[in-house]
Amino acid sequence: MFKVDFKEKVDAIILRHNSDKKKIIGIIQEVQKEYNYLPEEVLVYIADTLDMSHSKIYGIATFYENFSLEPKGKNIIKICDGTACHVRDSIPILKAIYKELNLNDKKNTTDDMMFTVETVSCLGACGLAPVITINDEVYPKVTPESVVEILKRIRMEEAV
Amino acid sequence: MGGTMIIDGRKVKYTNQKNILSVIRDAGIDLPTFCYHSELSIYGACRMCTVETSTGKIIATCSEVPRDGMEIYTNSPRIRKYRKMILELLLSNHDRDCTVCERTGKCQLQKLAKRYGINRIRFNQLIEEQEVDNSSPSIIRNPNKCIKCGDCVMVCDEIQGVGALGFTHRGTEVQIKPAFNKKLSETNCVNCGQCRIVCPTAAITIRNETQKVWDAIYDKNTRVIAQIAPAVRVALGEEFGMKPGEVTIGKIASILRKIGVDEVYDTALSADLTVMEESNEFLERFSNNENLPLFTSCCPAWVKFAENKYPELIKNISTCKSPQQMFGAVAREYYNKKDKEDGQKTFIVSIMPCTAKKAEAARPEFTHDGVREVDVVLTTQELAIMIKEIGINFQDVEEESLDMPFGIASGAGIIFGTTGGVTEAVLRRLLKDKFGKDDCEIIFNSVRGLDAVKEASVEVDGKVINIAVVHGLKDADSLIKQIKKGEKHYDLVEVMACKGGCIAGGGQPVPRIITKETRALRAAGLYNIDKTKLIKSSDENYIIKNIYEDILKDNNHILHVK
Repeated sequence: MFKVDFKEKVDAIILRHNSDKKKIIGIIQEVQKEYNYLPEEVLVYIADTLDMSHSKIYGIATFYENFSLEPKGKNIIKICDGTACHVRDSIPILKAIYKELNLNDKKNTTDDMMFTVETVSCLGACGLAPVITINDEVYPKVTPESVVEILKRIRMEEAV
Repeated sequence: MGGTMIIDGRKVKYTNQKNILSVIRDAGIDLPTFCYHSELSIYGACRMCTVETSTGKIIATCSEVPRDGMEIYTNSPRIRKYRKMILELLLSNHDRDCTVCERTGKCQLQKLAKRYGINRIRFNQLIEEQEVDNSSPSIIRNPNKCIKCGDCVMVCDEIQGVGALGFTHRGTEVQIKPAFNKKLSETNCVNCGQCRIVCPTAAITIRNETQKVWDAIYDKNTRVIAQIAPAVRVALGEEFGMKPGEVTIGKIASILRKIGVDEVYDTALSADLTVMEESNEFLERFSNNENLPLFTSCCPAWVKFAENKYPELIKNISTCKSPQQMFGAVAREYYNKKDKEDGQKTFIVSIMPCTAKKAEAARPEFTHDGVREVDVVLTTQELAIMIKEIGINFQDVEEESLDMPFGIASGAGIIFGTTGGVTEAVLRRLLKDKFGKDDCEIIFNSVRGLDAVKEASVEVDGKVINIAVVHGLKDADSLIKQIKKGEKHYDLVEVMACKGGCIAGGGQPVPRIITKETRALRAAGLYNIDKTKLIKSSDENYIIKNIYEDILKDNNHILHVK
């Protein structure tokens, strides 16, 4: 259950979009920015406020890869598995991250809500392959060993 | 706008058809489709209706307008290849247990696979078995049979304004299901069953409760009585090769007795009771000017819709039980005495054109001390299943009359089964003695027919009563919004959830092509019965008087929800 009292914030977001159904994607984007994911209660509230069906808003939220219905971790790691990164061995990097964070292809957020791992199809930085981003900061030409080091460093910084 | 197209080398004139598909079909070529319904928006998902143009382009005819001089081929080698490929791909993702499938013999996928000679599927079956959703009292949703044509999503959203089902995810991951992985019973589904009417496969089917009825029939200590709703008698015949609108009540009576039902009655009689109660209620509210407009309460899908979306309107909905439940309440009262005398147990079955009636009968307010007013609701479709099972030749069955004391109904009770019928039935009572026959005809005609919203105004005792009739929940929703904004003022509003009313309910046989015409023919069937009835108005039905005096006595409250 999403316990936060969200009405005031969400109402403000909806109003900024003139309570217009057609701007639903923008509304959902702002909600995701605010809460890091799309809580069911918030989506239901938006649907009811804009007089659209729950299934329609759910359809939109599940259509786009960028929207998440699960809470995401504090640090979002994106691993490029586009063609260039793939041929330069992005999969062993993914496996190393999974192993380090105790995650798998079904479970992509750590229990302590510190990390979420996502694969993306191209980050547009093929010259730096294999590439990952953490919170939108680019890490070029990583190796399975170097990503583990990066993760450890972030952990230490978070612990301080 | 019109012109000439060349279809398979033949010149074909077209007039105002909205797409090439209609031109082709009007030319007598049955182009296959899964996702096309003329009353829903065009979605172009199934690609079965594609044809090849003279320039070698492949186009989906459902979503292209006809153009003068255009030349197309509906059966070119490429088209045949594509069509077969689509079918193979659909089948490779389909749970192909046809021999034990409810829809077998009537499944569009099966029919087209056969028609195009698909006898081998080159692809591996890649489906991961998904859970069947049998949470709803009315319909079963089996995602393993879904071909993602989207018809159910469209009808639920565009016609019913409910949106209980939607598309989720994207690309090969697309699924059709309720929001947030909920079960149907946890959503705003109103159980109308229109999704099941448009579904080409068995992905959505009616909850089959025929076994419960067989069990009751085989139990020697149980007296099984059946009530038959008006709309059943003008549609059941379609399952046995008859035309929509052909009246089969005599055959139904005879067959139900052969099946083992002890007494066969008419729900149109309890519709007469509803008219009496509802017109009294209306007059009282109208003279006190309280809780107007009065909304009708016969349609359980509408009641559920209002509860979900407009809880503030519940006080405006008539407190009258629906004819189905009024019958149950009165029959229980009558048979309780009899049961005590002869030691039998009475089992009440209703045969309805409607899937939502199953949900209605299961509502807690219609169960008293653990006994339901109506034990089981069978849809027209389930009755057809029972008839086929016992192997009776429907065409040859002789007609019989219904039993007494609940077997005679007025014409007013009969027309309850179509949009405008409830209103006309109430008006027949209210306007009696006050209007000439011709004036009545004019008023009645304004509430008949398949227009989305029908309006009538009548003056009774110097006061004008404004009436609206609406069918299809999306149109009802728009009307309610207008009422709430103060743009429209009515005193009485009849709402039926399904387009056309009960005659086009979710439990009726599925017409081959769902059009207004089927609805109009079924409605005409009811008006034809009405024409033959000597008793036109509910208050003239002498059985009603007997029910009030001998059964209800002073217990009229059992005809209302508290």
